[in-house]
Amino acid sequence: MKDGVNGVALAVFIFFFLAVTVMGFLAARWRKAENDSLDEWGLGGRSFGTWVTWFLLGGDLYTAYTFVAVPAAIYAAGAAGFFAVPYTILVYPLIFTFLPRLWSVSHKHGYVTTSDFVRGRFGSKGLSLAVAVTGILATMPYIALQLVGIQAVLDVMGVGGGEDTNWFVKDLPLLIAFGVLAAYTYSSGLRAPALIAFVKDTLIYIVIAVAIIYIPIKLGGFDDIFAKAGEAFSQTNPATGKPRGALAPAEPGQWTYATLALGSALALFMYPHSITATLSSRSREVIRRNTTILPLYSLMLGLLALLGFMAIAAGVKVTNGQLAIPQLFEDMFPSWFAGVAFAAIGIGALVPAAIMSIAAANLFTRNIYKDFIKPDATPAQETKVSKLVSLLVKVGALVFVLTMDKTVAINFQLLGGIWILQTFPALVGGLFTRWFHRWALLAGWAVGMVYGTFAAYGVASPTQKHFGGSSKEIPGIGEIGYIGLTAFVINVVVTVVLTFVLRAAKAPDGIDETKPEDYTADAGDPGVAVELPPATAGAGH
Amino acid sequence: MSDEETREPVVTPVRVAIALCLIAPFVAMLWVGSYAKVDPAFIGIPFFYWYQMLWVPLSAALTVTAYKLWQRDQRGRAGSSSASAKGGASE
Repeated sequence: MKDGVNGVALAVFIFFFLAVTVMGFLAARWRKAENDSLDEWGLGGRSFGTWVTWFLLGGDLYTAYTFVAVPAAIYAAGAAGFFAVPYTILVYPLIFTFLPRLWSVSHKHGYVTTSDFVRGRFGSKGLSLAVAVTGILATMPYIALQLVGIQAVLDVMGVGGGEDTNWFVKDLPLLIAFGVLAAYTYSSGLRAPALIAFVKDTLIYIVIAVAIIYIPIKLGGFDDIFAKAGEAFSQTNPATGKPRGALAPAEPGQWTYATLALGSALALFMYPHSITATLSSRSREVIRRNTTILPLYSLMLGLLALLGFMAIAAGVKVTNGQLAIPQLFEDMFPSWFAGVAFAAIGIGALVPAAIMSIAAANLFTRNIYKDFIKPDATPAQETKVSKLVSLLVKVGALVFVLTMDKTVAINFQLLGGIWILQTFPALVGGLFTRWFHRWALLAGWAVGMVYGTFAAYGVASPTQKHFGGSSKEIPGIGEIGYIGLTAFVINVVVTVVLTFVLRAAKAPDGIDETKPEDYTADAGDPGVAVELPPATAGAGH
Repeated sequence: MSDEETREPVVTPVRVAIALCLIAPFVAMLWVGSYAKVDPAFIGIPFFYWYQMLWVPLSAALTVTAYKLWQRDQRGRAGSSSASAKGGASE
């Protein structure tokens, strides 16, 4: 597959890349307000309406890695990889219940991150620090994986270089892409990915629509595609001695499928970047409305997953499953359209990488820098620190990808999902009740983190001794289930039991700065700014 | 303002309907045994796949229904609370 550079595809790719670069820098002037608070840079002035939020969230949640990894999982094992679809179906009814409350309380009190809320609600800097550190740890490998997505595309286009090329030449395209990304995120903040998300999603929808019609016609229809895929899956894998996969999950795999879908759905809006995109919206209604139109992306994801079967039917043979879909595009499409498809994936990596680095930077600034290092930081100083940290985070991710094996990034991403789910009780629990004790929440979080990490460490696969997968036997039930969900259940049990104990022992409660009506406040209510809050720190009363 | 909460019940038929709309996708999707089969296929796509993709618009429709019901519920409450205790909801 590395038989020279695909010139036409590369030219189209570069064209789109340049176009979004210009947009990224111009975005700084889009709806710009004359103040330099963290709200401006890190939340786009909290000004986005329904459609911008829709594009931003879609661009944020459905990343380049998703586009590459979901069909790759189908390509490798069939039905088991399709859990991404029920997972994204479950996300929306779930966030419908709690996200508007988070929006309201955050607007009222000027919260920029989830940790801000946890600190305000439970009056505990320790718990807030735990949530912030978990968020940063879980986001870093996610950013690294966006780079893996870009690398896959560059490889297939023939500019990734072979194993024997000089490392600098090999990684130069990636370095350029990331340098540009870092520069416009620094200057434009959240406005850059919000604007670029329009291009990204338009390209993705066009590519999927064309792929799902054009490729089956070329391959002789879905009947042929699934017949060939079924045949491929029934063959025995020499490494495991079992069939490679199946078209529908067998009895033992169903627990795994359901727990992965549920656990991932619970985890998705615990990620800092999801919350950053949410809080940038203008009103509570924008969020509710978005939960009804975001499923359009799930449909796209489902169609995309089917491409995994098409790659098998088309006889795509790659040792690295990540390359299956880019290779399918290269084989099936004329060069110029393959270029469009590659641009879609490449830009699909830039948008979430920008938002993730902003989200991680906000967490650091608000919940580590301001809470522990410099409590009297002005809004302008906060913004400056956040901008610098967003650069550092990206450089960190880049070093991670360039110096370590790709599987390390994937392992950490897997762990990140397990970890981030452990912040659910503090965040979502806190949105509905003050009953949980802050120390119990902290203990539950710690137990969940430790159990999840050790359990994941102990999973072996034919190719890896540790971190070989995300599912393991559930203690007490005996079925194979998602480790993150098991850890979450243990976390909740510990939290509830310890809350009873601490309440009985009359352990001191933190100060709750929120009031019940804060959770239902909407833009325009007293104390809630309609568009631009004057400053972030302590504002809102 | 606490007395207006006691006046109106927390659980109403409309709210039960909202809850059902939001819970239905969970029951359908997590009961994997109900759809883990290949037949009947639709234009060549095995049941397992088209059924789950069918649930995308279904669950979206259910969330829209929940949203509309919720809006009506809130408007009803706002109307009745301002009528009974004028301006009582503000600080």
